Parts: sequence; C-alpha cells; structure tokens
Amino acid sequence: MSNQIIGGPGLFSRRDDSVAKGEPLLTVENVSLRFGGVRAISDVSFDIRKGEVRAIIGPNGAGKTSMLNVINGFYHPQEGRISFRGQTRRRMRPSHAAAQGISRTFQNVALFKGMSTLDNIMAGRTLHMKRGFFWQLWRHGPALDEEIRHRRVVEEIIDFLEIEAVRKTPVGKLPYGLQKRVELGRALAMEPDLLLLDEPMAGMNLEEKEDMCRFILDVNNAFGVTIALIEHDMGVVMDLSDRVVVLEYGRKIADGAPDEVKASQAVIDAYLGVAH
Amino acid sequence: MLYRETGQFKTSYKADMAVFPIRQDRIGLAVILLLAFVATPLFGSAFLLSAVMIPLLVFALAALGLNLLTGYTGQLSLGTAGFMGVGAYACYKLTTFFPEVNLIVWILASGFFSAAVGVLFGLPSLRIKGFYLAVATLAAQFFLQWCFIRIPWLYNNNVSGAIEAPVRTLFGMPITGPHATPELRYLVVLSIVALLTWIASNLVHGRVGRSWMAVRDMDIAAELMGIRLLPTKLLAFAVSSFYCGVAGALMVFLWYGSAEPEVFSISQSFLILFMVIIGGLGSLIGSFFGAALIYGLPIVLKSLFPMLGLSVGAATIEHITFMVVGAMIIGFLIVEPHGLASIWRTIKQKLRVWPFPY
Repeated sequence: MSNQIIGGPGLFSRRDDSVAKGEPLLTVENVSLRFGGVRAISDVSFDIRKGEVRAIIGPNGAGKTSMLNVINGFYHPQEGRISFRGQTRRRMRPSHAAAQGISRTFQNVALFKGMSTLDNIMAGRTLHMKRGFFWQLWRHGPALDEEIRHRRVVEEIIDFLEIEAVRKTPVGKLPYGLQKRVELGRALAMEPDLLLLDEPMAGMNLEEKEDMCRFILDVNNAFGVTIALIEHDMGVVMDLSDRVVVLEYGRKIADGAPDEVKASQAVIDAYLGVAH
Repeated sequence: MLYRETGQFKTSYKADMAVFPIRQDRIGLAVILLLAFVATPLFGSAFLLSAVMIPLLVFALAALGLNLLTGYTGQLSLGTAGFMGVGAYACYKLTTFFPEVNLIVWILASGFFSAAVGVLFGLPSLRIKGFYLAVATLAAQFFLQWCFIRIPWLYNNNVSGAIEAPVRTLFGMPITGPHATPELRYLVVLSIVALLTWIASNLVHGRVGRSWMAVRDMDIAAELMGIRLLPTKLLAFAVSSFYCGVAGALMVFLWYGSAEPEVFSISQSFLILFMVIIGGLGSLIGSFFGAALIYGLPIVLKSLFPMLGLSVGAATIEHITFMVVGAMIIGFLIVEPHGLASIWRTIKQKLRVWPFPY
C-alpha cells in the first residue's frame, strides 16, 4: 500500500527519514517518576524502533499511561533520559513534543466536544498552518488558501477512516466507536513520526475492534508511522504488535516479541497472580 | 422561497467552507444589512435610533467581545465593564490630546489600550481556571474602576469626576455632542459593529477560532496538537478586550455623551455576561440575541402598558419589567440552556427538513 491509494500528495508526503527503519526512534533510559511517595515508574528502559508497532501492557496501575505521559512531556521524570530521533531531553512541554512529531490519543476520548468532526481534525493541522493572526483577520486570500490546502489533507484522512458521513456532526453527538476513530484522525492529521495510542479499543465491540485494528495496521504500513500502543485485549496486542514491553507496579518485567512475552513466567504471574 | 439547501451543490472546498454556505442565509443577511443601513436611519424615529438601536449595538459589541473570551475560549471573565472603561478613558485622553485626529480612528485605537490591559489581567489564566479565574478578573474590574475614580489625570482633572465627550466632526458634521444627529451616530456605530463582527467571524472560522475552541473543550489535547495554551488564551483576552474597549468608547462618545466611573461598575459586567449566557455561549449571533433580549425587552415592556391604554405608574412598570424579564430569562434557560442561538439553530434545522421531522 502506498499514499496514492488514498489519493493526493498531501498526507505524509514530507517524511522525515533521519532515522532509518528498524533503528531506535525513541529510547527511554532508566526513567523513574514519583508523585510524592508514590513511585509510578521505577527505572524503566526500553526503545521504540522506527516503523514498528510497540505494545505496552501490564495490569491496572502498572504505569502504562504514566509512561505515555512521560514520553509526551506531560510528566517530567525525576530520573532518566528520553531521546527522540537521537535528541535527548530532560524537560519538555507537550506542545514541543507535538512539534517534534509525537502525537497521541487518550484512554478516555479527549475530543473537542463542541466542534464538528471536520474542525477536530483541522485542529490537528494547527502545527502545519503558518499564516499569522493578521492574515486570519481577513479570511480571504492567503489564509483561506491555506485552509483549503489543509482541508484537502483532512479529507484524505476522513476518506481513510471512512467517516465521511459524520464530517459536519458535532463530535459530542457521535457514538463512542466513531469518536475513537475521529480521535485517531486528529492524531494522524499532525503527520506524526510516533503515534501513541492509549487503549484505542477500550469499550468497543468485536466489529469495531476489528475495524480499529485494520486502521492501526494501515497507518503503520501505508504511512510508515511508528506506533506505541497500550491495550488490554491480549488477542489484539499479540496480533498487532512487533514487540511488547510489560510493566508491573512501575517496573519493567518483560520485553520482547509477543511469543516470548507470552511464555515469560513473570508475565504470567503478574496477570494471574502467584499462589503463596 | 423555502429555507432549503436542496439543489445547492458545492463543487469546491471554498464554497463548502463559506461562513454562510446556504443561499437563503446569504439573502437573509443582505436583507438585514439593507434594513439596518438604509431603512432604519431613513424611517426610524430619533427615539428608536438613539435610545434603542445605538445601545443595542453597543451592548451587542461588548457581548460579542466577552463571547470570544468566555464562549469560544472558555475563560470566564467578570472584568468586561472595566475593559470597556479602559477603552472609553483611552479614547477620551486621546481625543483631548489630539483633537484634530478623526474620532473614529481614536475609538478603534482605544481598543488596543484595552487589549493591552486585558492581556495583563489574562496572565493568571495559565494557572487558574473557571470560577477562580473569574475572581482574578474581578480584581481587574475593581482595580480599573478605582483608577477611573482616583486618578484625576484620566478625566483631565474635571471637578465632576466624569468624562464628557467633546464635539468632534465627521465629514464636517458633528458626531458627538448635543448637535449630532441620531442618524449619523447610529450609522457610525453600526459600521464599526458590522466591521468588527465580520472580523470576529473571520477569526472564529479559521485557525485562531479552532485553537480557542480546542483550549475551551479540552486543553490537554489542545496542547498536544501543538497549540500553546498561554499565547492562545492571551490572544483571546487581547481580542476580547479590544472589542470591549471599542464598545466602551462607543458607549461614552456616541451614546451617553458623558460618563461617570459608575457606568463601568461590576453590575455592567454582569449584565453583559448575562447577555452572553442567554444569547448563547460560543455564538456570534447569540451575542446580538442576548443584547436584544436583555436590553430590548424592558423597552418593549415599558411601551406596552401605554399602548394598551392602561395607566400604570412608572415605578410599577419598572417593577413589572424586572419580574417579567427575570421570569423570561429563567424560562429560556430551562427550555434551552445553550441560549437563544441554540433555539435559532433548532428553528433553522427544522425549517430545512420541513415538512418532515428529520
């Protein structure tokens, strides 16, 4: 599959290829995160390679979402380093992470409820829009041309996710499965290098899950977006992901291909419990 | 002609992204503009122009400004009247310093002073939200009003403590002072309000408006889209205060003629906030509806009793007006918590599919 299938030169036509496929895109080294006395993440290291689907799993409260928040710049770890595309950073604002090419969806849908599907995805293009405030005052000419150019890209995403029919519906009125899809669309609109998905299939029925799996694989294959996802549905995780990292109580207990992880005794213990 | 979009096909994104994509809406807007710019000044009485239309437009502009901040960006503000006052006093100082410059230039320029003050008091918005921010803007309200009373320089050391609009002319005709015709004042106010409404519409339909609404609806996700929160909020404060400032300048110079600091009191702020809430948060046309309801309804009610031939004392009418307006506000909010603009949208939606239910 290539970009041409969904038409146009717009979406993901300007790729950053400074990191070769298979090389680490993002590395997390010895990261620890504390909230007061609570250790949310202790000394976790792993990497995400360019072009792969990386799953982060673990029981509830294992620190998965905290990990994504650290990668995103919402939380600043007390110890450890994170490097993205070879650049190391200690503290970073979420908007900087976005500018570097990290995008994400949320566990509980975090769409802009009062806006239409179209506007939500257009909002995802904000970083790519350059016309300043004074052009915006006069919504004709350059500012409108820019809007139309981005609208074209957004329409590609809408086609890709098959949400044409709800284009102008306020997202608050959409069913949950569609909201998740719109949120994926909004994250895609940023044309990220790394896409973080926090439980993209939570609360979906089987059919919706299958659709979402297909979209995730398509995003990964067709657009070459590296994906890190948190998911509780083990069937989905084992099928989709190339490598899995397992967290428990903020520690990494396993890391490797789905089959290795499935066979690991530590993982089985973490999920099923150990007899004392 | 039915209100129906059937047969109006869009062949370009440009047509689809127009502010009024339906032809009937465009015709309606043209008719309203024609009525406002031509029919009203030609046939309206002096009372209608100077006591109904001008105040209505001024309030609508202030409500529009607050709506950009509270309705679109989700930042609750109680400092509206303070920002209006900054506009009024800035315009007063500017036009008394430089009397030869056209007043309209100074009215628009005074908005920038108000915008600067708005940005200053918007700074806490990064850290505090909701009601707490409202309290922070309340500080702006009281501080600014204190300035209007305690700093004599602002009112040119006038013994009365009030500012009075000096006579200024436009094309050789007076637009302020006792000899200004209501027609001319009305047209000036209408032109400025129409221009600023158009600009607001441009802003909210583009990138800036989407950023504002994103911050309002889900600030965490907005930040993740690369929308930096503080600049976005401060821009909303600046634009909003600009509108309020211009409204304040228009209020003093083209409506009241003179003003005391009490004009810019907290009750004025609340009045404009109610207009925004009842008109519809996050709706430009709602600001006009809200202003019309809260300012216009008492006038209609007051003239209703004499029209019916009932002789009721002026004080009684005043009290009845309060009660009826209060009851109507409660009624509207129960029927439609999202304001008059939402009722307007529902009506349009019903018309589009009429005679079918959906």
